[in-house]
Amino acid sequence: MDWSQSLRLIAPEETLSIASLVLLLMAAWGGDKAAKLISVLAVAALVAAGVLVAPALCGGHMGADTSAFFGQFRADAFASYAKILIYLSAAVSLVVAPAYFDRFKAMRAEYPVLVLLASLGMGMMVSATDLLTLYIGLEMNSLAAYVLAAFLRTDGRSAEAGLKYFVLGALASGIMLFGMSLTYGFAGTTSFAGISASMAQGLSNGALFGIVFVFAGLAFKISAVPFHMWTPDVYEGAPTPVTTLFATAPKVAAMVLTMRVAIEAFGDQAAAWQQIVVFAALASIVVGALGAIGQSNIKRLMAYSSINNVGFMLVGLAVATQQGVSAMLFYLAIYVAMSVGGFVVILMLKDADGNPVEDLGKMAGLSRTRPGLALALAMVMFSLAGIPPMFGFWGKFLVFKAAVDGGMIALAAIGFAASVIGAFYYLKVVKVVYFDEPADVVKGESDVWHKLILVLACIFISPLGYLASKWLGGLADTAAAALFSGL
Amino acid sequence: MIGVEHYVVVSSILFVLGVLGIFLNRKNVIVLLMAIELILLAVNINLVAFSAALHDLTGQIFAMFVLTVAAGEAAVGLAILVIYFRGRGSIAVDDVNRMKG
Repeated sequence: MDWSQSLRLIAPEETLSIASLVLLLMAAWGGDKAAKLISVLAVAALVAAGVLVAPALCGGHMGADTSAFFGQFRADAFASYAKILIYLSAAVSLVVAPAYFDRFKAMRAEYPVLVLLASLGMGMMVSATDLLTLYIGLEMNSLAAYVLAAFLRTDGRSAEAGLKYFVLGALASGIMLFGMSLTYGFAGTTSFAGISASMAQGLSNGALFGIVFVFAGLAFKISAVPFHMWTPDVYEGAPTPVTTLFATAPKVAAMVLTMRVAIEAFGDQAAAWQQIVVFAALASIVVGALGAIGQSNIKRLMAYSSINNVGFMLVGLAVATQQGVSAMLFYLAIYVAMSVGGFVVILMLKDADGNPVEDLGKMAGLSRTRPGLALALAMVMFSLAGIPPMFGFWGKFLVFKAAVDGGMIALAAIGFAASVIGAFYYLKVVKVVYFDEPADVVKGESDVWHKLILVLACIFISPLGYLASKWLGGLADTAAAALFSGL
Repeated sequence: MIGVEHYVVVSSILFVLGVLGIFLNRKNVIVLLMAIELILLAVNINLVAFSAALHDLTGQIFAMFVLTVAAGEAAVGLAILVIYFRGRGSIAVDDVNRMKG
């Protein structure tokens, strides 16, 4: 393993870091007038990074050849699958942003740069095979995300969201870091392979504490119960394009990171963390479903929906098999499409003055005034609920199939039962939109980019999505195989 | 003889103090930032103590990275606090409640 090969393996990260630095200089010179140009260039950089990542996924790269910098970093098919989803979500959040921020005269040149830096951090998270790389990637993503949450500086809610996210995020990083220091002390190394080898002989109390703390920090980042309290507030307060990003890319990154840590570093000690993950999965499904029922703000509702969905994904991890990981990866791709669809609909809900409409009551009777938008919202809701003709069903089906095949029948049964509670509030949104007396508030014109992204997301989550299921399933299987190849 | 366990006990106490500082403090957001620093420094004591005990440099390098990130985190946190104060005119923890939850 020489330096040149290591540098070749991190080509996507190099592209993103150079692009973000150059664009930062452009932002400093050009000011906010250059914001749109910088956004376009940032999307181009994300596309370029995606193109650089693609061969590792399509070729199914795995094993020692993908390991860079003496085992610090791994650019295998598993990481590439996640990176493509991350770059895609980041690009979407850049494309939908100008129409939203222009309304508040807040389209600043820093926005695309921060999104690029966050994507760079997320890319490092999913590729990390060492606690040090993991921590740096995580903080790189988090620090950019705190600023993004508070991006609408004049809006009190945005500043409050930024503050809450910062305090709780820093606490979670601290808890995780404490776990890492204990893991390092008791395993004697920070590399995942080394930790796995040293724990194969048995688990001391200190190392067990380390595992628990690391999982607590990760649970915060994926907003799994009991570390979910920040999610509704941050999702509501952050500007909607930023919420679109939060609901997709960091979720993918943290979820994939959790899988890698659980399988690669603590894989031999699955019994130690399986019960934590089972609890977090079931609690997330139930709390996500019950919490959403009383919400009148659609962004808060989507936040609880994301907690609920994280629960379903964790069911796949709880099984700790290759099939379970593959099902989770498949679910993640569908979840990204559903979240993008849902938040783009929210971005398109504007009153006659162009102000965002977030209150569920004001969306009543949307189907009379804006039938297309109402149909898209209904499709997203049915898909999130996992009702069969929609593609969201297939993701849930695969996860539960993996749980049943892995012998966790009780987990699957409770998950099924709880998903019925979730259907209640998804259907409530559909009822308000289709059957209530029109409130006649939503009138604003929609941006053409919003329409385009919404149509693409809706085609993917519609029954047409099943045409892609074989291809997507193949990619998810390759990625899962890459994760398990090193064991 | 002071062994590694003494350091781990000290750092655990500091860590718990930091976490309690975040949950029990109802007055001032600045104190939250100090509590976060305390947590990170507790981790650093742990890392350096383990590094010395294991005769392995990784822990000390890790501590350097943690220090750097802590500096960045404090900068971002204070910046967010400034825009929050401009909008609200107060940094009391009990006032951070525009959104329920």
